[in-house]
This record gives sequence, structure tokens and C-alpha cells, in this order.
Amino acid sequence: MGGKEFAKELNKVSIRFSGDSGDGMQLTGTLFSDASALYGNDISTFPDYPSEIRAPQGTIAGVSGFQVHIGKDKVNTPGDYADVLVAMNPAALKANLKWVKRGTIIVDVDSFDEKHILKAGYTEDPLNDRSLESYQVIHAPITSQTKQVLMDSGLDSKAIIRSKNMFALGVSYWLFDRPLKYTEQYFEKKFHKKPELIEANKKVLREGYIFAQNIHALTPYRIEPANIEKGIYKNINGNTATAWGLMAAAEKMQLPLFLGSYPITPSSDILHELSHYKELGVKTFQAEDEIAGICTTIGASYAGNLAVTNTSGPGLALKGEAIGLAIMMEIPIVIVNVQRGGPSTGLPTKTEQADLMQALYGRNGESPCVVMAASTPSNCFDFAFAACKIAVEHMTPVILLTDGFLANGSQPWKVVNTNTLPHINTRIVKERIGNNTPFIRDNATLARNWVIPGTKELMHRVGGLEKDYETGNPSLIPSNHHKMCVTRAEKVKRVAQFVPPLEIHGNEYGDLLVVGWGGTYGHLLSAVDELLIQGEKITLAHFNYINPLPINAAEVFGKFKKIIVCELNLGQFVNYLRMTLPEFTYLQYNKIEGLPFIVEDLKEAFLKHL
Amino acid sequence: MTATYTAKDLKSSSEVKWCAGCGDHAILNALQKAMPEIGVNHEDLVVVSGIGSSRLPYYMETYGMHTIHGRASAIASGVKTANPKLHVWQITGDGDCLAIGGNHFIHTVRRNIDLNIILFNNQIYGLTKGQYSPTTKKGQITKSSPHGTIENPFNPGELTIGAQGTFFARTTDNNIPQMTEVMKEAALFKGTSVVEILQNCIIFNNATHEYVTNRDTRNDRQIFLEHGKPMLFGEKNDKGLVLKGLSLKVVNLGKNGITEADILVHDATTPDTTLHTMLANMKSPYLPVAMGVIRKVKADTYESLLEKQIETAKKESEIKTLNDLFYGGDTWEVK
Repeated sequence: MGGKEFAKELNKVSIRFSGDSGDGMQLTGTLFSDASALYGNDISTFPDYPSEIRAPQGTIAGVSGFQVHIGKDKVNTPGDYADVLVAMNPAALKANLKWVKRGTIIVDVDSFDEKHILKAGYTEDPLNDRSLESYQVIHAPITSQTKQVLMDSGLDSKAIIRSKNMFALGVSYWLFDRPLKYTEQYFEKKFHKKPELIEANKKVLREGYIFAQNIHALTPYRIEPANIEKGIYKNINGNTATAWGLMAAAEKMQLPLFLGSYPITPSSDILHELSHYKELGVKTFQAEDEIAGICTTIGASYAGNLAVTNTSGPGLALKGEAIGLAIMMEIPIVIVNVQRGGPSTGLPTKTEQADLMQALYGRNGESPCVVMAASTPSNCFDFAFAACKIAVEHMTPVILLTDGFLANGSQPWKVVNTNTLPHINTRIVKERIGNNTPFIRDNATLARNWVIPGTKELMHRVGGLEKDYETGNPSLIPSNHHKMCVTRAEKVKRVAQFVPPLEIHGNEYGDLLVVGWGGTYGHLLSAVDELLIQGEKITLAHFNYINPLPINAAEVFGKFKKIIVCELNLGQFVNYLRMTLPEFTYLQYNKIEGLPFIVEDLKEAFLKHL
Repeated sequence: MTATYTAKDLKSSSEVKWCAGCGDHAILNALQKAMPEIGVNHEDLVVVSGIGSSRLPYYMETYGMHTIHGRASAIASGVKTANPKLHVWQITGDGDCLAIGGNHFIHTVRRNIDLNIILFNNQIYGLTKGQYSPTTKKGQITKSSPHGTIENPFNPGELTIGAQGTFFARTTDNNIPQMTEVMKEAALFKGTSVVEILQNCIIFNNATHEYVTNRDTRNDRQIFLEHGKPMLFGEKNDKGLVLKGLSLKVVNLGKNGITEADILVHDATTPDTTLHTMLANMKSPYLPVAMGVIRKVKADTYESLLEKQIETAKKESEIKTLNDLFYGGDTWEVK
């Protein structure tokens, strides 16, 4: 739309949208992210919303936020602090001020009446008490302007008010020099049956854009398209990437995909996503509880599907006994656990890494299974695919850990052509290859054969009782039980020979090795990168494979004077390392607030050890 | 289709480890007789059990899963949904199915997945050695109820019908021909069929069903229901059931001018649950206990509806492969 000759060129900038949970802030943030991604920026997003669907309107508890970081350069995190805050009411301002740099705040001035100011817990109007002096505050009449614009639209007042988030989005689009066309296309698709809503939303969006242009109080930012690897890209969040990775594995092994699932935040979107793709033969079974979610999965695996269940911490607890059954039967299943704040119901919509010990040990008996973790929203695709590959090639349950931050956060994903994905060798056997064919093991992996019902003359039983090493029949013989426990442990241990080695970022030798795992990757990478630029001798080693650990882990650790293990829990991975690689001394950095790390805090903590 | 296998082919190499005199032996026997007669390939049979009544899958030369307590309904549901061409049997007991597995059971029945659920009802926990179960008679003294139970028992038939069950039958472990016939009918039915077998636990609850199942008196204490036939029973087949007001009542043919025309005719196929529930609930000593197929109502199965949705989606969707999905929608190219 021109007129941007004064635009301030920036490499990175982040914006946080906040409002009441009914104000549509998640949608606003998502549309802004999509427009930025389609424009060609690198992006990273962080939705931060309450667990109540509609907490009391206007209160701090009901504030919903969505932060997006956009960049010309590679963006690893959603940004510690936002450069720009959009606050739709006083509560949103109060709840989010601590997350804003001394930058720009756009408020809906119409919502700053006495009632809402008091509801938010302010004693005085923050717009008039000089408390925001160090910020540039834009008093935008968002509600009244929206009403004005749509006065003659024929929409009822509720629908009119609901469109006010598009005014805020319009303001943001001018401020960040974003094209409107992607969002307009979204309206056309979304409301194709209600053309009056297409027009209304377009009008409000443009009005916001024009308002920002006309007040002459704002300097727009310009963030040029990012310099990233060539290819076709798509904006994707962790849950969608997980679902797609599972489908890719199923297509690769030419088996139907089965998902046994019970709804639980923040994992349900995997169920929602997969339930769409019946045309690709995906079967989603919404079970009566978490236990049935995994038990149907076990049944489906025995019957010859690529079988997966998804859940979050409390659900993983309920699935424990059945995971043990899958371990005992030695059948391939994947359990995707999207971690959230615990224990118990905990912080359902917040992120955390405190299910690691549960994933590793939360079962009766000696019951090892493969535990791995994705580390960015888009690589949830790769690790979901890898989890399926390991499960069927090694005939074992695999627990894939993601978390609320990865699940809901999004970033550009370089679209993968499925033809380029690695081959998956299932252990399906269709003919007799010796006595007790289903129980014959591969010499390298110790995985048994997978014989699917319907196969002639290979009828066999599997179960929860200890089985004889040779015949697979139930056995109570003491020495056989010992042998089987050792075999199952060794089978999982050998997976290490088939997974990539631990990679490092930074120098091969140094003073401090930062160790992380799972969803904290972006923050740790940013912190280490920034310190490397400052000349510090620091390196990052980030784990995706936890049980078993990559075979070179000890070799990497041995090259550093100090090791600091950083996690969003009270020290689960560090204690696992103390147990499995006890020859090293580990420092630790832990935070457990339901939120991602803050890069600045990490840097400060690392500098103490340099 | 004639089967190419016999009952003998269904005996596995595992040694049967049930107590001598346990009703399970007869049930296993009946199952092995019924299966070859339902026209299913040997390799398509899958037997799934939980824990308790039964390690039965290990004794069947079929595909089988001996799983965890209470979860057989869910696991069997997964097998059938994933691979609908398989013919799936679930072996379960009153504790496994109605206590720890109660939730899975009612939801499986509600979904009408094509499973054959064989419910061994011995009214006791046998494997854990004698605690009362959800079907133990109220007041009964057991190991965990030394003063008598204070819980009302479930009637599996009433529960099945209450959960929108489409098929319910009852039989007894001392009547192999009847058991075999009922199992066959359950197997041929498309939908969740629940077959309750009144089973004796010789060690922990001996003779619990004796009043009903005793061979000398059973003809007067049981009624074998057959679709389309009058509800007659008794040693001389001279007793029948009539509806009086809202209750069932036993009448004698020839007395007070009662003829066969006055006797209720069994309609197993009506969707209406009223009479089926009353029949399933009949208790001794005032009414005979109902045997045979009490309810058998045609309805869509879960897996057939799912397959239909998949077929439609495949026909109508533009997404034929994952690449269509991945490269479709909102993308941008970095050159």
C-alpha cells in the first residue's frame, strides 16, 4: 500500500497479541504468523492461553496471548520479550506488561472504562497515571471504530464486536508492513457460505490498517524475507507436524494408520488432524478413556496396522500398564506424549518437561522402551516418522515426547516429498521360516518377527504372561524369565546403533557444554549462539534420543571442562545422565514455571560458569 | 463355506491348566466345536481375553491375545477396527468384563463393533481366590464379604440391553450342544454379540447356578427361547409365559382354558427393548431363567460405517497421496 519510505529495517521483531479469551487472540496471532510466513519471513510462535475456555470476562485469569517472532534471519524462539504488545483490555495489559520491551503498546482505549480497569486489578487508569511513560502507547479506539465501520453491515451487535480483533490485526499489518491479501484469502475460504462476513472482516481489517497509517504516530518496521534454504515451505505447528510424520511413516511402510486416542490438552489436535484423512485410509478411534486409547492401539498393531496413541502426562500415567503389555508382547506401537505442567491436572495449557522419568520408568517390572523427543515444532514431523520406523524395525513400543510449547508453537516447515523419506523395513513375515516363526529374532536388533492374523499356518498367541524364549508359550521357568528380561533390555539398548550420533553446535572442545533435550532447543541454541558471538568457549549438545542415548554421548561430554544440563523440570534428564554416564559431573539449570526458558536468563546462568 | 479344519485343529500345544471340574473345560470344548461351523478361515480367527476367567486364547490354535485385566473389549475393538476381515472373539469373566472392564464393555456394546463376547459368569473372582464379583448374589458370604455382600449384582443381559446392545444370549456350561448352537448364532451375527454362560467355579463358588442348571430339574427352571416360537418350557413342555399387566407370568397349558395361542411368541429381532429386558431379568424361583438368544437386532456395525466413510472420502477427496496434502494449501517458495 506504499507510503513506507520511513520504515525501520529490522532483522527480527516480535509482537504479542493479548486480550480476553473470547477476543480471538489465538486466531489473530495465527493469521499474523501465516501472513508473515507467506511473505517469506522466518517465524516462531508461542500461544499462551488459559485452561478455562472462557474465564470471567475482563479478568487476568481470562487473558489469552499469542506471541510471534518474525525475522529476516533464522528465528529460533518466539522471543523472550515482545517489541510490540496489542492489549485488547486492561487485564491483557496488566498480565503482559512484564513480557514487553520498552517499545510500542497498542491498546483498545474503549475497553479502559472504570469497570474493566478495576476488574483487572488496577486502582487507577494505567493510561493516565504515567506508569507507561517509557512506552509508546497508541490509544486505538478499536471497539468503537469497529462498530462504526459495521454499523450498516446488517450484522448483529455480537457479530460486530467479534470482528474487532481484525481491526487490531489491521493496525499490526501496517506497523509491520504485511500484505493484507493472505488474510483476505482466508476470509474468502473460511466464510464462503456467509459472504456478508467476508466483506465485514475485510472492511474492519482495512480500517485498522488505515487508522495506523493516518495517526502518523507510528514508525513501521520492515523485515525483509528471510534468507533460508530453498524449497517449498508451509507454516506448521508441532501437533500437525507430528500427525503428518505419522501418516508419512504409514504411507512409507504401506500399512494403514490407526490412532487410538482420548481427548486431552494439549495433545487433542493430533487426533483432530488425523481424523480428517480418511481418504488416506487413516482410522482414528476416539476411545472411552486413555486406557482404551492405548488398548485399541495394541489390538490394531497386532492386527497389522501402524498403530499410535497420543496423550499428555495424566494420560500417560493411565497407559502405563498397557505399555508394559506391549513391551511383553513385543509389538510395535508409538505413544506420543505431549507434555504439560504437572503433577495431576497441573497446568493443562502450559509447557513442561517433567514426564521424562514417567516415560522412562513409569511401569511395573523391568520394562524398557525407546524414549525420544522432538525439539522444534517442525521437526516433530521427523521424529514422529523416526519413532514409527524404530517401533516396527525393532518391534518395541516407542514413546515420543513433545510438549505444549512445540505442539502449539509454529514455524516454517520445508515440505518433504515423501519419495525422499527413508525406507522402513517392517518385520512382517508371511511364510513359515522355521519353528515358532513369530518368535524368531533378528541377530542384529533382537527384534522378533511380526506375523499378522490372516496369515496362513502361523497362528500364534501373544500375551502379558512371561513367554518362553523359543516357543513364545507362557513360561514360569526362572532362568527363562531372567533371559527374557535381559533380551528385552538389550533389544532397546541396541537401537542406539541405528540412530544418528549426538551432534554439537559450537566448538568440539571447550569450557562449557550446554546439554538440553526436547522442546528447549530453540532457546538453548539462541543463548549459546549469542555467547559464541561474544567469543565464549561454549557448545550445545541437544538430545533427541534419550533411551537409548546416542553412542557417542560420553565421547562428546569428555571434551568439556564443565557440563550444564538445562531442563524445564527439577532435574530429570540430569539424574538419568548421572545414572547412565556417572563418570561425569553435571551442573544443572532448571526452571518450572509452565513457560519456555528465557534466553537472557540462560546466558546469565552460563556466564557464571565461563 | 465348509471349513477345512475341525475342533481338533483348534487345540493348541499349551497344556490346559484349569482346575478339574471347572466349567471352562466345557466352554473351550463348545468353542472349538462352534468355530469350524461358522464359515470362517482358520487363519482369520482371533481370540482375545483379559485376565481372570481365562487363559483360553493360549489353548486355542488360532491367533490370540491374552492381555491385561479388564481391557479385552478395548483390545478386541482395536483388532476388529484395524482389520475388519478378522473374526474376533473376546473371552471374559464377570470380574474382568463387568468390574474393571465395565467401562470398555458398555462402550464396545454401544458402538456395536462386530465382536463375539463370551462372558463366563461364575459370580466370583476365581483367579484371585474367592472375592465377590459384580454378579455375586446380594448377601453372599465370600472371602472379601465375611458378613455377606451389601452390593446389588449386575444382570449382564440387562446391562447389555441398557447399553444399546443388539445381541444378547444366555446358556450354561453343562449343556454343550446348547452352548455350541448359541455360540454359532452369536458368531454369525454382525455386531457386538454378548453370550453369558452360567459357569460353575468348583473351588470358590461351587453350585452357584445349581438351582437353575441341575440336569434333573433344569427343564422346569429354564426356558430356551427361539425366535418366532411360543415361549414354552417345562419337563412336559406344558408351561408358558404370558404378559399380565406389565409383568411376565407363568401359566400352565390346559389349565383355566389356557391354550398355546395365549402364550407369548418370542421376537428376538424387535428393536424395542421392553420385553427383552423383562426376559433377561427373569429370576428363579417364580420365573424360569431365559436361555438362548434373547435379543438379536440388525444394526450397522462400527467398522462397516467406518469403512464406508473411508470409501466415500477416497472417492470424493482430491488428496490421493500425502504429497497432495503436503504441497497443497498455503505454501510459499524460497528461491
